[in-house]
Amino acid sequence: MITLEHYLVLAALLFSISVAGIFLNRKNVIVLLMCIELMMLAVNINFIAFSFFLQDLAGQVFVFFILTVAAAEAAIGLAILVLLFRNRGTINVQDMDAMKG
Amino acid sequence: MTFELVLFYLFGAILLGGALAMISVRNPVHAALFLVLCFVAAAALWLLAEAEFLGIVLVLVYVGAVMVLFLFVVMMLDINLATLREGFTEYLPVGIVVALAMATVLVLVITRYITMDVPERAGPEYANTEALGAILYTEYVYPFEIAAVILLVAIIAAISLTMRKRPDNKSIDPGKQMAVSREGRVRMVSMPSEKKKAPRRGEGSGTRSPDGDDESK
Repeated sequence: MITLEHYLVLAALLFSISVAGIFLNRKNVIVLLMCIELMMLAVNINFIAFSFFLQDLAGQVFVFFILTVAAAEAAIGLAILVLLFRNRGTINVQDMDAMKG
Repeated sequence: MTFELVLFYLFGAILLGGALAMISVRNPVHAALFLVLCFVAAAALWLLAEAEFLGIVLVLVYVGAVMVLFLFVVMMLDINLATLREGFTEYLPVGIVVALAMATVLVLVITRYITMDVPERAGPEYANTEALGAILYTEYVYPFEIAAVILLVAIIAAISLTMRKRPDNKSIDPGKQMAVSREGRVRMVSMPSEKKKAPRRGEGSGTRSPDGDDESK
């Protein structure tokens, strides 16, 4: 029998792996975006698990909207990435220091 | 160990293995393909939690559209893999430490404090899509419409960001058209007024020599 802890532990491990991915791939913006997608997947797994164990569909509605907004975010983020590569010829995070931050 | 639990561990192992492979492979194309594997495994886990509609949406929208977009961008950009991998081993220890600390804290909290009764499985007559639609189009109809507007904004933003001007394009810039003033188009020339002349003999009516003005003075 699958309990709530199973889902939550799995999502926590997935989230930790994607945090490690952000640390490891600090130079590559595309892989950073993929790690963020993976984090969002972990959060969505939590939403779905609580939706099932509380027998409440509101969690699934939330996941629906998160998927919508995440798709929009991915489209705009990749468009910005293409623009960045066209203008600067690189996607290295270290080279994006025009604002001296 | 029930059959459900076997399926859960199988897809969970695929999910975590795919995630680990995604963050550690060298090639971004392979990373995107491992992310697709993660999404498919997660969709299977969502099916196990009776979220059938969202599981299928995850495969159709994420694997079908978003990840294809990712692959498209990765393959379109001519990136230098060697420089992007610099510092991987340098950041490996701190990444592992942070991930382990985070996982430990989360798992300890989850296993110690959060517990919930397992609900009854729904019968075969239960339709997840129908139930989701029934509340999505009534209770959540305004957020639903806002989501539609967000998608429209994303379409327009993505197109307008990536559209580039081509030099051989003959399209008209509406801004320049609107900015036209009278001074740019009309030039007032000061010149002496012409008097109407009586038609002379031997000359055709209506024709006028260029220096006809001087004759009349």
